[in-house]
Amino acid sequence: MIVDEHLFRRESGRMVATLTRIFGMHNLGLAEDVVQDAFCRALETWKLRGVPDNPAAWLLKAAKNRAIDVLRKERKVREFSPELDKRHESEWTLVPTIEEYFQPTAIKDDLLRMMFSCCDPRLSEAAQVALVLHLVCGFGTAEIAAAFLSGKAAIEKRISRAKHVLAGAKRLFDLTDRDFSVRLTAVRRALYLLFNEGYHGASRESVVRTELCREAMRLAGLLLDFAPAATPATYALCALMRLHAARLPARIDAAGDLTPLADQDRTLWDASLIKEGQRLLERSAVGSDLSEYHIEAAIAAVHASAASSRETDWMEIVSLYDKLVALQPSPIVALNRAIAIAQADGPAPGLAEIRAIADADRLAEYPFYHAAIGELELRSGNVASARKSFQAAAAVARNPTERRFLERRASACDS
Amino acid sequence: MSDFLYIYRGGERANTPEESEKVMQRWVAWMTELGQKGHMKDRGQPLESEGKVVKGKQKVVTDGPYAETKDVVGGYTLVEARDLAHAAELAKGCPIFETGGMVEVRPVMEM
Repeated sequence: MIVDEHLFRRESGRMVATLTRIFGMHNLGLAEDVVQDAFCRALETWKLRGVPDNPAAWLLKAAKNRAIDVLRKERKVREFSPELDKRHESEWTLVPTIEEYFQPTAIKDDLLRMMFSCCDPRLSEAAQVALVLHLVCGFGTAEIAAAFLSGKAAIEKRISRAKHVLAGAKRLFDLTDRDFSVRLTAVRRALYLLFNEGYHGASRESVVRTELCREAMRLAGLLLDFAPAATPATYALCALMRLHAARLPARIDAAGDLTPLADQDRTLWDASLIKEGQRLLERSAVGSDLSEYHIEAAIAAVHASAASSRETDWMEIVSLYDKLVALQPSPIVALNRAIAIAQADGPAPGLAEIRAIADADRLAEYPFYHAAIGELELRSGNVASARKSFQAAAAVARNPTERRFLERRASACDS
Repeated sequence: MSDFLYIYRGGERANTPEESEKVMQRWVAWMTELGQKGHMKDRGQPLESEGKVVKGKQKVVTDGPYAETKDVVGGYTLVEARDLAHAAELAKGCPIFETGGMVEVRPVMEM
């Protein structure tokens, strides 16, 4: 008689999407109210009657009934979605029309369309990710604020502004629209950011972070199920997520502390996720399309196939970073390339590469820039400058977990 | 054994879905326990918060029930217990008290 603790959150995305398709994007608030109402009714009823065998189906039916009520009451005073069949205007055909909208295959498409709607090019990437979390994944503003280490009020503002922009469209994004491939790029990017927020993110709570990674993987999986969205770059993104997620159990320990890749207990890596990731990576290798996701997934695959840091094919990783630098130059990519060079050729060439990074000033606030210098100085025997670098890193740490980790590195220089 | 009606009145709604899920789980646990101990006769039904009141010789219909929110009946359950004191004791396990509500315990009239 236990309800899955994520039931409401998961169902919320589906229900809001389908109701928005019926009511129209400009009535998104109404769709959300109807979903809230369905949840309240569920709780009041289940309290006394017990939880039904299929709670998800019960919720969907409650939402459907409320939608029919709303259409009946407001069809004369409110303008609904232009794609809502005219049949809803007749009492004779209202119910069967709405039944069709709630068919499982239709709902799956609605969820996908909502995801594309959230990734509106008029919105910033941060707003797109917040909207996906809120509308598609059913996260509350407090949870989103916790995940992004941001204030609840700031997130509420960001989401309500973003909703306002979406309301300009009357309907959910049409998957046959000619902007589809442009939007697809934005959707992949939002899911990539969502995943990274979970993987590298600021939130101290490892549960929150794992959940973000899982949601990103679930939504990326929806893209794979929809042929026009299942392009090589999408396969590569899915591969990348699995290969990284496989390392999560070894990356954050029970106390929420970080363990760097080199020190991770690789027996804790999830072998089935690695296998799945490798399979997806193979499938991504068709055509001439080489995305940043391809290269990042390939790097992760090299790590995944190595028994230890020492046995890793660092030359291969350096050459993959060379490609990534060419495709998507950024100081962070350059830093990671320099670290790989240090692993392949030793600390001195690594340090030289770090010092040669073009926009290094943009890394001043990035703790792992200073930490990387610290590690290489330490390996070169320059203990004093290593300690200084770790202290500089700790000073710009973005959360307590990072700070603890970096302070430990600094004090390790004394021993 | 005699029959008693539990009438649930008031009780705040939780603010977040997670919180309401927890409240609901506690209710389900309590109802299940009543059933396992042989006290459950009818789980009853939840009631809508809106309603009408029909009153007087003129049979005037008004929107109701017009009681204070804390007194509005939200549902009912029929249980079996030894006596009124026992029924009241059993009602103490109800999670409604955690949300500021109350349980009215009324013996069903016997022959």
